[in-house]
Amino acid sequence: MTETFLSIYEALPYLFRGSLVTIGLVGGALALGLTLGIPMAIGQVYGNKYSAGLISFYVWFFRGLPVLVLLFLFYFGLFTTLGLDLSAFTAGILVLGLRSAAYQSQIFRGAMQSLGEGQMLAALSLGMSKAKAAWHIILPQALRISIPGWSNEYSIILKDSAVTYAIGLMEIMTRGKFIATRTFKPMPIFLTCALIFLILTYGGVQLLNLLEKKIRIPGYGTEREGIY
Amino acid sequence: MQKDNTIVLRVEDIYKKYGNVEVLKGVSFEIKKGETKVIIGPSGSGKSTLLRCINQLTIPDKGRIWLENEEVTHTRKNINQFRQKIGMVFQDFNLFDHLNALRNVEIGLIKVKGMGKDEARQKAIEGLKQVGLEEQAYLYPAQLSGGQKQRVSIARTLAMDPSVILFDEPTSALDPELIGEVLEVIKKLALNGMTMTVVTHEMGFARSVANEVIFMEDGKIIDQGSPHKLFTNPEHARTRKFLSKITELYGRSAEKK
Amino acid sequence: MNGIYFIKDIVLPPLIEGTWVTIKLLFFSIPLGLLLGILIAGGRVYGNKIISFLCASFTVFFRGTPLLVQLFVIYYGLPSIGIYFSPFAAAVVGFVLCSGAYHSEYIRGAIQSIKSGQMMAAQALGMSKFKAIIYIIFPQALRRALPGCSNEIVYLVKYSSLAFMVTCIELTGAGKIIATRYFRYTEVFLVIGIIYLMMVSLVSKFLAIVEKKLKIPGLG
Repeated sequence: MTETFLSIYEALPYLFRGSLVTIGLVGGALALGLTLGIPMAIGQVYGNKYSAGLISFYVWFFRGLPVLVLLFLFYFGLFTTLGLDLSAFTAGILVLGLRSAAYQSQIFRGAMQSLGEGQMLAALSLGMSKAKAAWHIILPQALRISIPGWSNEYSIILKDSAVTYAIGLMEIMTRGKFIATRTFKPMPIFLTCALIFLILTYGGVQLLNLLEKKIRIPGYGTEREGIY
Repeated sequence: MQKDNTIVLRVEDIYKKYGNVEVLKGVSFEIKKGETKVIIGPSGSGKSTLLRCINQLTIPDKGRIWLENEEVTHTRKNINQFRQKIGMVFQDFNLFDHLNALRNVEIGLIKVKGMGKDEARQKAIEGLKQVGLEEQAYLYPAQLSGGQKQRVSIARTLAMDPSVILFDEPTSALDPELIGEVLEVIKKLALNGMTMTVVTHEMGFARSVANEVIFMEDGKIIDQGSPHKLFTNPEHARTRKFLSKITELYGRSAEKK
Repeated sequence: MNGIYFIKDIVLPPLIEGTWVTIKLLFFSIPLGLLLGILIAGGRVYGNKIISFLCASFTVFFRGTPLLVQLFVIYYGLPSIGIYFSPFAAAVVGFVLCSGAYHSEYIRGAIQSIKSGQMMAAQALGMSKFKAIIYIIFPQALRRALPGCSNEIVYLVKYSSLAFMVTCIELTGAGKIIATRYFRYTEVFLVIGIIYLMMVSLVSKFLAIVEKKLKIPGLG
């Protein structure tokens, strides 16, 4: 028994450093997904046929493939073919980020469409260009509506980050496996990894909920509240 | 109006509290075979709760209930046996949304009474005919009007051959032009000798169909008597007050219905 | 040009074998996962305090941790307490438990969205609570949960690739092995990608047809 607790105790600092890698990975992927997802959503809702079609294809591709396949395809395949020498960490952020962009674009698209065309019409009639209207009027509202969906995306990326084990990134799972093999105590070590993920998942979601409360505007939020 | 002197339902001293609010404060009455008793009264007087205590969908805190001389409260028998014999028609119809009208009427026969599929189907078709809806048999609740939904609901209850039917404000959720068709069906049942308790705001209906009217307020029975007596010359001031308000609300035409 | 078609003769056969393993994995995991989801949702909504708590804890754990961790615990962890699973079995167990938790949340939400009047009317007819749940509540709840559960099934088609992480050689695993041997990652994984896209499309279309067939006017 004490052996078990001791092995967990000794593993903690090592796993903790893995958590930092995981958090960096998740943060980077979310940021990349956000940066790409917003223009993609705007392109789909307000763009022309061709851009919308292209974006739809992108979304279909990155949502239809398993994360593992995407990681193998990019890290071992495409990056090598293109002559890029990226670390597993960078590759992880890129792949998870490109994939997240596909999902996030749909979240934002849904939020924008739920606003109805009235908002855009009003902005255009004031003389704003579509781009200006999208940035100043549609986006601020759509982003607030998207927070619950986005919070869900966080927890999904966090769990998917474990798959980067397959490309040797030294995040939680890889380190966990390493220790488990060395100490012959897989059960307690992996359960500890599970616990760490639980804390990161539910803790992160709570933080995002707090954020939602802080930037809440009366009249927005759930469909139940409505606009007026 | 067929009358018999067998007591079908006896309710004795029912009390029910929800949290701190006492909704029923000692209600007692009885119904004889073939009788129609109508319960009127303001909202919150406990009328719906009383009905739900009778078939034990709500368990009363105190009091006893007998159905055909068998005690329903404090019984070791399965309450479902009693519920088969006590029919209930809800204000919100509560038709099973995933079943068409015919299946709604059938399902109690097949799954509760254990009837064979063909026999149940026959009985269900007859039941729908009785309420005038045999052409809507294969429609789903979402495709029916409120009045049609309520009539299916009545057919569903009738199919079980209950000893007494409890109607909980059967027309309160209906658009005015649909109320008539439902009241017609209920009137027919009364004339054919069904034992019933109806909670309603439809005074004209009460007047024409009830053997006895009971006025409830604040969880207690204030007044009861024949419709003629209660509507033209009620004993208690509170009854008079309530009735005058209703006449104001519904107008004379409601009384004439 | 010739070289590429030659590779296809070498690459495709193991990939097809791998796809077959994937299909077998899904054949067991999808229905069992759905079944577990129904049981857990039922336990959560209708069970007593203890059962409800256990079901809730189950859901919290399996939705809050990565599938990969769960697979590692089952395949690498359990042997240390005497429970041994083959790679295939470990994968199926992991998939069933994980998707079961996700399904249970969709189904639970659907059950709770059904008006209480339905249960009241069923009981008023004399149905026991159990009969009412089976004949009245679940048929409606499952229809309402269908979009969510369909989503989860499609997810499982993709996450079946993680079986490779516990040495079960399904499609992705077969691909990695072949790609490593011939050093042709891009082509192999593009082909694998196409196969997954086809599987996902097929399953989605099939589920859409199922949804259509079960549709009842008014039950959304």
